[in-house]
Amino acid sequence: MPRTLINVPKTAKAGEIVEVRAMIAHPMETGQRMGVNGAMIPRDIVNRFVCTYGSEVVFAADLWPAVSANPFLSFSLRAKEAGVITFSWTEDSGAVHVATADITVT
Amino acid sequence: MSPIPHLKRRDVLLGAAAGLAVLALPARAMARPEMQEAVKAFTKGAMAQEGRVRLDLSPIVENGNAVPLTVDVESPMESADHVRRIALFNEKNPQADIAIFHLSPASGRARISTRIRLATSQQVIAVAEMSDGTYWSQTRDVVVTLAACIEVL
Amino acid sequence: MRPAVRCFGLAAPLLLAASVAHGIEQGEPRSGIAFASPETRAMQADDTANPGLFWVLDGEQLWAKREGAAQKSCGDCHGAASASMKGIAARYPAFDDKTGQAVDLTGRINLCRTRHQQATPLPHEGKEMLALTAFVGFQSRGLPMAPPADPRLAPARAQGEALFTQRMGQLDLSCANCHEANWQGRLGGSPITQGQSNAYPLYRLEWQGLGSLQRRMRACMVGVRAEPFDYGAPEFVALEAFLATRAKGLPVETPGVRP
Repeated sequence: MPRTLINVPKTAKAGEIVEVRAMIAHPMETGQRMGVNGAMIPRDIVNRFVCTYGSEVVFAADLWPAVSANPFLSFSLRAKEAGVITFSWTEDSGAVHVATADITVT
Repeated sequence: MSPIPHLKRRDVLLGAAAGLAVLALPARAMARPEMQEAVKAFTKGAMAQEGRVRLDLSPIVENGNAVPLTVDVESPMESADHVRRIALFNEKNPQADIAIFHLSPASGRARISTRIRLATSQQVIAVAEMSDGTYWSQTRDVVVTLAACIEVL
Repeated sequence: MRPAVRCFGLAAPLLLAASVAHGIEQGEPRSGIAFASPETRAMQADDTANPGLFWVLDGEQLWAKREGAAQKSCGDCHGAASASMKGIAARYPAFDDKTGQAVDLTGRINLCRTRHQQATPLPHEGKEMLALTAFVGFQSRGLPMAPPADPRLAPARAQGEALFTQRMGQLDLSCANCHEANWQGRLGGSPITQGQSNAYPLYRLEWQGLGSLQRRMRACMVGVRAEPFDYGAPEFVALEAFLATRAKGLPVETPGVRP
């Protein structure tokens, strides 16, 4: 299972805008590369990323092979209430990898 | 002495200029039309105006495998006025698409960073779709330097 | 007449300029990160953006995993790596009493596996070995490279220095031709660095992954059209032993990031 590295501040003030970072270990194989014996290496990428805060989807991304290996994303959120922030990465195969972080809002 | 006696210097210069023009043609023909088409598909045919979008990336990158960039869009990010989507397209990769980011007032700030692949020196465009249906963009030129010594796999 | 030796057209004039270039002896050792772009430097400096951390995290798990017929983990003997492995990578290669040879970190881990875990050695450039060396190296991050004053390492260091200055391959170039005589120059679009060893294993954007110093040296050897030594060859360990003395004082950067 791929590894993920996420960075969410542990605490924030209500209404504060916080920066969130998410990275997943993934080759993002483009489908354009030739392997041994001239055979094309099939495409294998993370094509969708979703960030959920509580029950609301607050950020999402559709990705193509032009996104680097070990895709890195940084974006912002407005802190509203204490809760769980969920990150999910969906591969071409349909496999989904999930990571979560708790945020305390004061 | 010139091997072709009738040729004057001016003719040679003109010939050289024509040769350059011919050489330049294939490069232009290689530029795919898809970047503009991809932008049009994203904007559903609407004009993407220059402005309100800042696409930050180094004009010269050391390796096209991981080019860090940041897109910043001027917007209050309130329900009445916010950025809905930000798209990135390139000019000369095998595919024009790079990524589409979906934002909302919950984002608080319309600012994203990521790392992309660029197969060669080319243009990259960031297009923002606003909640009022307008589109804004910034285009940047990037020179991708190639390492002299690369690993043969 | 065109020069017989060409490497992307630019190398020949650059190498002819060797007489006006500066050697390292005229200045401080300088890490490869000093030659990298601000973007690459930022990627290395930030643990939430440095992909090398994935290998460090994998290594942390492997450290605690029981292996081999002995069913021992690294941690069963060495305890917490944060204490026991601090400064270790900065002192490698070291001398191994039993074999009477210099051994690098990769070699030491495989000796631990065969001697104490009674497990099979890990492939040199495999994911597990890279994860373990990244994790052990990470415990020394920020500490100065401190090659030990062990006279038994002298033969390996001397061999390494000889290999470093020996011309090889169809381009007939030594490591020193680029990394001593021309380290402030450029080859094609890339700056020529001093070829320092203080950030390995490191994440190379070209590789889109983590790799060892030996992988880098193999790429250099292929670059000068020489037959590269095998992974784990004594020649490579000797080169590593020499490079460690050359990098003395530079901070360990594992896992580094390079273009």
